[in-house]
Amino acid sequence: MKFGIMINEGPYTHQASDTAYHFTKAALEKGHEIFRVFFYHDGVNNSTRLTTPPQDDRHIVNRWSALAEKYKLDMVVCVAAAQRRGIADADEAKRNGKDADNLAPTFRISGLGQLIEAGIQSDRLVVFGD
Amino acid sequence: MLLHIVNKSPFINNSLESCLRAAKKNSGVLFIEDGVYGALDNTAITPQVKKAMKDKKFFVLASDLKARGVSDGVIKGIEVVDYGGFVDLTTQYDVVESWL
Repeated sequence: MKFGIMINEGPYTHQASDTAYHFTKAALEKGHEIFRVFFYHDGVNNSTRLTTPPQDDRHIVNRWSALAEKYKLDMVVCVAAAQRRGIADADEAKRNGKDADNLAPTFRISGLGQLIEAGIQSDRLVVFGD
Repeated sequence: MLLHIVNKSPFINNSLESCLRAAKKNSGVLFIEDGVYGALDNTAITPQVKKAMKDKKFFVLASDLKARGVSDGVIKGIEVVDYGGFVDLTTQYDVVESWL
């Protein structure tokens, strides 16, 4: 089956990002397809490569990146939500006159149309949030 | 049929009560995260859940019960599932709705 995953909560907040990760991993291990993971609202904070948790804690951002690399996941960050929260890739940083970018590898910045498409193309859209 | 996912404790907000009010016969309700408190026996919300269990199926995520030390307190008749079971449920029901 084809799944779309939507994440509306930041990392290390409550539990939504963790639950979404474990759900996505379990679905992939069962042979399902993940059409797209879409990060929206505070969920965009899951995509900054500057995240530095204590060494004995899980690294939520790197964990997503590793899963994306292994299964070639399409992980999309909402551009408007990202700009509000200071998440930028090199292009966005340049376009907005910023001196740095912080989007982690395996994530890409795009628009809400990607969420709509995920809703249409997937058999199930599962939403995780606060 | 619809699978409702509840991730908040019934003692924090009214998402479980709203869910129970809206859920139709034969639909499913899955408790995850702090929502697992809604699956426990002998609480203030237990009678409402037991009543809803007469025509709806209830499930609860094992790891979230364990993390809160309440694995032994689940209402009899609620099915305990792991993440694989969570995935299976989302395929068995036609639509998945998270009560955020």
